[in-house]
Amino acid sequence: MKALRNFLDKVKPSFEEGGKFHAFRSVFDGFETFLFVPNTTAKRGSHIHDCNDSKRAMSMVVIALLPALLFGIYNVGFQHYLVNGEEASFWACFAFGLMVVLPKIVVSYLVGLGIEFIVAQFKGEEIHEGFLVSGLLIPMIVPVECPLWILAVATAFAVIFAKEVFGGTGYNIFNVALVTRAFLFFAYPTKMSGESVWVTTEPVLGIGSANSLVDGFTGATALGQAKGAEGTLETITNAVGEPISTMDMIIGLIPGSIGETSVIAIALGAIFLLWTGVASWKTILSIFVGGGVTAYLFNMWGANPIMQLPWYEHLLLGGFCFGAVFMATDPVTSPRTDGGKCIYGFLVGFFAVVIRCLGSYPEGMMLAILLMNLFTPLINYCYKQSNINRRLKRVANK
Amino acid sequence: MSGIIRLKKGLDIPLLGKAKESIQKVDHSATFSVRPDDFVGIKPKVIVKDGDQVKVGSVLFYSKMNPELKFVSPVSGEVVSVNRGAKRKVLDIQIKSDGKFESESFIKTRPSELTKEQVKEALLNAGLFSFIRQRPFDVIANPNDNPKAIFISGFDSAPLAPNYDFVLVGREEEFQLGLDALSKLTSGKIHLSTNASSASKIFKMSRGVELHEFSGPHPAGNVGVQIHHIDPINKGEIAWCVNAQDVAMIGAAFKSGSLDFTRTIALTGSSIKEPAYYKLVYGESIENIVKNNVKDENVRYISGNPLTGTQISSNGSLGAFESQVTVIPEGDKNNEFLGWIMPRLNKFSINHSYFSWLLGKKEYALDTNINGGERAFILSGEYDKVFPMDILPEFLVKAIIAQNIDEMEQLGIYEVAPEDFALCEFVCTSKIETQRIVREGLDYIRQELS
Repeated sequence: MKALRNFLDKVKPSFEEGGKFHAFRSVFDGFETFLFVPNTTAKRGSHIHDCNDSKRAMSMVVIALLPALLFGIYNVGFQHYLVNGEEASFWACFAFGLMVVLPKIVVSYLVGLGIEFIVAQFKGEEIHEGFLVSGLLIPMIVPVECPLWILAVATAFAVIFAKEVFGGTGYNIFNVALVTRAFLFFAYPTKMSGESVWVTTEPVLGIGSANSLVDGFTGATALGQAKGAEGTLETITNAVGEPISTMDMIIGLIPGSIGETSVIAIALGAIFLLWTGVASWKTILSIFVGGGVTAYLFNMWGANPIMQLPWYEHLLLGGFCFGAVFMATDPVTSPRTDGGKCIYGFLVGFFAVVIRCLGSYPEGMMLAILLMNLFTPLINYCYKQSNINRRLKRVANK
Repeated sequence: MSGIIRLKKGLDIPLLGKAKESIQKVDHSATFSVRPDDFVGIKPKVIVKDGDQVKVGSVLFYSKMNPELKFVSPVSGEVVSVNRGAKRKVLDIQIKSDGKFESESFIKTRPSELTKEQVKEALLNAGLFSFIRQRPFDVIANPNDNPKAIFISGFDSAPLAPNYDFVLVGREEEFQLGLDALSKLTSGKIHLSTNASSASKIFKMSRGVELHEFSGPHPAGNVGVQIHHIDPINKGEIAWCVNAQDVAMIGAAFKSGSLDFTRTIALTGSSIKEPAYYKLVYGESIENIVKNNVKDENVRYISGNPLTGTQISSNGSLGAFESQVTVIPEGDKNNEFLGWIMPRLNKFSINHSYFSWLLGKKEYALDTNINGGERAFILSGEYDKVFPMDILPEFLVKAIIAQNIDEMEQLGIYEVAPEDFALCEFVCTSKIETQRIVREGLDYIRQELS
């Protein structure tokens, strides 16, 4: 490590003001602080500091995402071979999935971090690590057939207009990854919904199965099927027309966005996030309570097929779990007080199910979270006001 | 006495280097230096010059706003230099000790037999009044105010802080005389807070005070936290606070008829070979107590505790309000590789992504590295966990940054001091300098209101 440190110390001057590579200062800085903890010491105020920092917090989220990501990669391959009627080993499925998912991750990071580096250079600031998380979230919440160029455009849009114009990490109002998805959703609706985007049917770069699709193929997600049904709810099937059980929904070998299908993998991530204190259990729990109660009430009403979907399946299907654990808990775009988190969470769950049952889209989690992101400042304001009122009352009681 | 006030929020940072409860003898240093900056909120007008002879209690400077508020020499000898910085700001006044500690005379009588005016005048002329601070704003008290109450904290909960039960042993009479003097200065009560888990004998036998018991982690010993739970400050109200040792110092002056600014301090920190207690005069150089007593090479000397103290040099002086000197390793040569993902078993964190929570009562040698880079607010609820007041610390800090005076008032800026935010600063993953921000906020609002 000493050699690496010495090397960095040697080349550092050329990246500083007046140096040959000054235009890449932010890039150098980003890599240097990534490799070595900066030697910054406290000059005033507290002389000692907790060893936790935002890099650590962000890396914890990335680690928490790994089970869902790895499962998603496997599931992409699994779905592919399933609809092509070919038996494939675990590693074959995983390899195929990797071929499909890895380019999306690379594109997302390249575009997002590229913009971050440029902005950091322009503003003369240290590079912020917020995009480490967003950059991994983005590929996990898009359909597997989303074209790379569209992903690149959407990522660029989100990073610039949902984050940098507000001032960068910590100042954004909307969750950056969800803005990417919303952009895709409204700008390229045909690439984001329907029956053909959730399963990769063709081989990629010669890898995968070239068989013709099996009979009974349907690429629709479970929620898509429920939404598309007429009259009463029919049996929900997997991609080859076999009925799926609640257990299948928990395990997650069904079509859907890359990272969202497995409740088990997401639960592992949730435990990790809660343990490391990045996410708040209050937010997550209240989302499930809000969604569960609302879905239960719709079950009683039962006016359309998706209202008839059992309330617990509402919580298991689509992006509900993924959104609840990884999206709604984003500390920057969710309320800053504990009570506020409960209200926010409940309403996220409520709106997600309302949009599913009454709206024209099968999935409501993304819109519900973005909507509540918008209400976060209001919730913060109310909590602030109640603290202020308590203080005013204290004066009045004197 | 009312019931115990139990505080849940807060944090006791387990640091190595707690002082052993024995007082080590050491010669007084030859040089003393008094820093006007220690007395927050005043503009000093220096009246001594190089070569002047001074006694203990001779006036060195006074406050431009309140000329009767005087600041005196802690030692007898010769003024060596008045050091000034940018814009002729006075940095410090260096005094060479003659080793005699000859004192100006003080009124030798029981303060209970004096009137309010006589007590006030005696304290002001002897420079003892400058050890009274006021809330709001955490500045030196204005002698023309009539505080609603005077608050004294009977314990210091900061990391490695001195044990007041120990440092005040044998000073019962002086402490009581000090209380008697202070009681003349307010028409309200004197509130004395003790630690529920310590004996606090000297405090419990005090007369003329209202006793309160606190339990819980740091910052339970912060007088601001105690005021908040006993009788919170509203807009327009003023409370004063005095350190427990300074109460005894005031009492000692009335008892002996002379001035003595000696206090018992704890020399602490992981870089100290033998942490122990010493008797030091405020303004005295720490060179004699740290000489041959520091085990690390690259260290930081702090006058005060590691959360709120001031960085000084190895021959720097003890601050006017400090009863602790801490020496910890500097963190400027770490270059920790991939630190953000390492287990960091030798570092402390309240976050469960590290293992401090598993390591039980392990004590740590923390250095001065801030362990990261400064960011905007990202994680939420961190400050609330270590801030035991009904105040929203993060919103208050944001209101200060935005210089929104109305909101600062509404969110309770009159109740806080920078030291109350020290733990927020410690736990902040965004490494925001909250103490500096709060100090600037207090200065700003004080200036706008005047």
